[in-house]
Amino acid sequence: MIVSQHPGPVRSTPAQRRPAANKRRHSVLAAAVTAAALTLAACGSSGEGTSTAAEDVPGITDSTVTVGTHQPLTGPAAAGYASISPATKAYFDHVNANGGIHGRTIEYTVKDDGYNPANTQSVVREMVLQDEVFAVVGGLGTPPHSSVLDFLNDNEVPDLFVASGSPTWNQPENYPYTYGFMQDYDTEAKGLAAYVQEEFPDATYCLFGQDDDFGADFKTGLESALGSDSLASTQVYSTTNTDVAAQISDLQAAGCDVNFLASINGFTAQAIGTAAKLGYMPRWAASSAGGDYNTLSSYLGENTDALLEGFISSNYLPANTDTDDEWTAKFKEINEEYNPGAAFDGNTIFGMSIGYLFAEALHEAGENPTRESLLEALESGDVQGNGHVPLGFSADSHAGYTGGMITLVSDGVQAYTGSPYSADGDSVSAYTEDRPAMPENGIPQ
Amino acid sequence: MDRFLFLTVDGLARGAVLAAFALSLVIIWRAARIVNFAQGAMAVATTYIAFTVTSATGNYWLGLASAVVAGLVLGALVERTVMRFVGNTNPLNSVIAGLGLLLVIQAALGMIFGNGYRAMATPFSSTPISVGGVSAVSPYDLFIFICVGLMVVGLALLFTKTSLGLRLRASAFAPDLARLLGVRSSRMLTLGWALSSAVGALAALLIIPTELGLNPHAVDTVFVYAFTVAVVGGLDSAGGAVAGGLAVGVVLSWVSGYLGATLTPIAVLVLLLAVLLLRPAGLFSMTKERTA
Amino acid sequence: MRPLTPLVSLLLAAAAAAALIGLTFVVEPFRSYQLATACAYLCAVAGLTLLTGAGGQLSLGQAALMAAGAYSYALSANALAGAGVEGALLLLVPLGASILGASILGVVIGCAAGRLHGPYLAGFTLALVVAIPAVTSTFSAVLGGDQGLWITVEKRPTALRGTVSNEQWQAWLAIICAVAVMVVLNNLLRGRFGRQLRAVRDNDAAASLSGVNAARTKIISFTVSAAAAGLGGGLLAYVTQSASPGAYSLVLSLYLLMAAVIGGIGSLTGAVWGALIMVFLPYAVNTFTANLPVSADVAARLDGNLAVAVFGTILVLVILLAPRGIQGLITAAGRRFRARFPPGQSPSNPASAVVPVPQSRPSAETPSSGTQAPATETGTPPSGTLSTTKGQR
Repeated sequence: MIVSQHPGPVRSTPAQRRPAANKRRHSVLAAAVTAAALTLAACGSSGEGTSTAAEDVPGITDSTVTVGTHQPLTGPAAAGYASISPATKAYFDHVNANGGIHGRTIEYTVKDDGYNPANTQSVVREMVLQDEVFAVVGGLGTPPHSSVLDFLNDNEVPDLFVASGSPTWNQPENYPYTYGFMQDYDTEAKGLAAYVQEEFPDATYCLFGQDDDFGADFKTGLESALGSDSLASTQVYSTTNTDVAAQISDLQAAGCDVNFLASINGFTAQAIGTAAKLGYMPRWAASSAGGDYNTLSSYLGENTDALLEGFISSNYLPANTDTDDEWTAKFKEINEEYNPGAAFDGNTIFGMSIGYLFAEALHEAGENPTRESLLEALESGDVQGNGHVPLGFSADSHAGYTGGMITLVSDGVQAYTGSPYSADGDSVSAYTEDRPAMPENGIPQ
Repeated sequence: MDRFLFLTVDGLARGAVLAAFALSLVIIWRAARIVNFAQGAMAVATTYIAFTVTSATGNYWLGLASAVVAGLVLGALVERTVMRFVGNTNPLNSVIAGLGLLLVIQAALGMIFGNGYRAMATPFSSTPISVGGVSAVSPYDLFIFICVGLMVVGLALLFTKTSLGLRLRASAFAPDLARLLGVRSSRMLTLGWALSSAVGALAALLIIPTELGLNPHAVDTVFVYAFTVAVVGGLDSAGGAVAGGLAVGVVLSWVSGYLGATLTPIAVLVLLLAVLLLRPAGLFSMTKERTA
Repeated sequence: MRPLTPLVSLLLAAAAAAALIGLTFVVEPFRSYQLATACAYLCAVAGLTLLTGAGGQLSLGQAALMAAGAYSYALSANALAGAGVEGALLLLVPLGASILGASILGVVIGCAAGRLHGPYLAGFTLALVVAIPAVTSTFSAVLGGDQGLWITVEKRPTALRGTVSNEQWQAWLAIICAVAVMVVLNNLLRGRFGRQLRAVRDNDAAASLSGVNAARTKIISFTVSAAAAGLGGGLLAYVTQSASPGAYSLVLSLYLLMAAVIGGIGSLTGAVWGALIMVFLPYAVNTFTANLPVSADVAARLDGNLAVAVFGTILVLVILLAPRGIQGLITAAGRRFRARFPPGQSPSNPASAVVPVPQSRPSAETPSSGTQAPATETGTPPSGTLSTTKGQR
């Protein structure tokens, strides 16, 4: 009954081998059954019982609003970004201690994805399907967040204020639930180009950029502002290779006076440090993604002030060095109270500003917020944030901040200079209106 | 020509450190037939110690000395507490144990020191000295060359000229016979780990200031390249590690300078493949490769 | 014990698949999603069990083969969708493409790596997996660079919408594929190929002398393992609707290897444990640490890091205390149980209770088959017959 069914020449006596196979087969089954049991057991402990009132809006109860985010808390990317979510959390703690929004406290779930899209997929599904968050707020990074864009929109989960300058987030027709936050790399490049062209009209311009969409979008912006053959040299780096001497020496050889940087903080520092070693001191004009003075100084060490003198970058949020700014003062106070021990820098402002923007949107969404009313509030344009330029939110646009302001480092202080610019078709123009005043205690009223 | 010279010297300086790191892998391989995947994390841990000491005392050399000592201690500790008990039944097990240690050490460093980057000072200037209009070598590059050179010579002398070196080699190649002749193999094994870890500590201390800075993951990439270097040179061969390190460093620099930085990992893969197809046990391996 | 015919084994596999599919009806969608990813990883881990466990070839490049599968899936699915193809064809052809794409890479790697041993093979496969982001950046026009590709996938059939969640449907597909992979690999390992593979692993010179083509066996093992990993990658691409280099990093390769070893690299059942651990352990530890009552500063330091530390510690402990993995522990426990309470005898039988069971030599049937097999298995050295002892190496 047995022998002939063995494929190929049968060398062993089947009867002798079968018991082993039989046993193994049984253990496969046993494993599968145990797996089932494990999975079932794991379900029992899931957090349920939150949807009591408020006509069953996911993540909303009478007293709480639960939101989540995915952040790189471990792995190589953690170095630059792990301090953002504690700042957001501190801001929410501040709001909660003062009565919350419409009497609801904001519960903020932070999941570590290590900047790995596969992990992002898993943790975001966990937040949406398991923890039933009301919205995802400030998910960080282009590659990680791209991987959950379809999932969040298919499940109709508000996907707010993505922490990345990619233009991907601004596609209301395809992704009606996704909203951006940062000024996009293209606009930023145009803004920096306009400033540099005015200050250094006869200089040779070059670009040092990351070998992905970040670098590519930034280059597109520069070329549309400066002209298609305006860059004397374009060098790219890969995050897997920290030695950039070859690229920097090429920029030096090409006689570049002003180098635009489409690089993250670590590689901005690496580029500037390497140039200094080569005795090459050009002007640098960096994207805000890699232009934070405090972060750069942690890489550059004691030579920071000398190396960064005259360093040009761009931002749109309150400056962390500007203690006269009401937002900065308030955020600093919140940081000391709810995030003790953490440095107060650009990341802190960034994290708290995302927190404020969500609080404002939630406030505008009404006494009994739903996902629909939240999105309506955003599309209405009433949600204004705390930036120097307006947000682009409307029915046709889900772009975040529509521009920025140039920052300049002088005597070791990075401060705003001139007036804000905002995107205006293919170029940028000055934006002159004042920023809305901060509500009392930094909480939307 | 200037550019070629510049790229070559830059590559050699980086290659020297890769060579030192590869050497630390070779030492363990020869002593225990183990590729230590935790080597990078162990080296970063010792660099944190150096950083702490240098910050507290303001003295680079005290930091350097403490890193090397910490390397010796950590290597011995890892061998005595974990690797000794892993057993030789399956070469995979030591790989997995190394990976486990890697995770534990990196996570512990993240918890103690935080995930941020910390700038590390160099004892000498990194600005190249200009000789006849051509600037290529910086004092810090020279310092790297001297450190790695001294280390290689020192290790060579230790292994070939001293009785301790003889005992180390004996217990590595014929542990049973060595034991019969009165060599305390187990002690030699611990010593091998300590030496290797100290070499790794020095390599990490040298390369981290030229990279992004000190971070729990600071030498992840360096470890991958160093492992490649060790394989290119032949895991059994110390000379191979040095030559392989310099070769890989220069190739990385040339590819980065002439073809683009994006291509460097592919270039390493191609180099490795070419070497392994011609000599499956590495360029400089004298013995037939073992199946471990 | 009753002998198991291939028919019965197929029926058992079908029963296992049916049980798991039934399970998706009682658990939440997120559990179904986790089950789907566990099944995708299971394909890759099982491939590694064949290559590294039975074949003795240490590969750190399994993630690269998964990536090959995922990108093959993405490219073919997008091309088909672009041509207006829908329905089952849009589901099955890309899955086939993922197997094919990875198999081709597997043949290439097998040809190149077949001559390499131990750490040299590990070094080569390590360099391979590290080069993935460089490859996707270099060919970013086709492969989408760092951001990767978004995939147009065939969703669940319209008839099922409303009754079956998307995650459930994804889990079904993954379960069926994973069970199929397990059946195929199990049959391969039990058959002639499995014996040849183990013979080559134990002593390739001896195997060659007895007529086994060692190089060919190695290339086939790479290819089969790659095909399994490719299907896993294709499934992952389907479930996540994307293929990006960050998802197939060196870290994934190392985790796959760890999963295989923790589960027990000696048997395919171990791969099941490994894949489950890969998905559920980090999740459980993260859930645990998220609920620890600590201050904000401490929480920021522990977040993520503690989970990694716990995972690493468990890994080291498993290697030190149970080097043959979970499956090894279960086998040993089962043997001890049987030794104490042999079937058909009274539990208090003193004769069987005092017979010590050798710890290092598992497999209760070894004494009988081990002594007789060499006579019947003419082409294979004796060690090749110890079909259940492969985990000892």
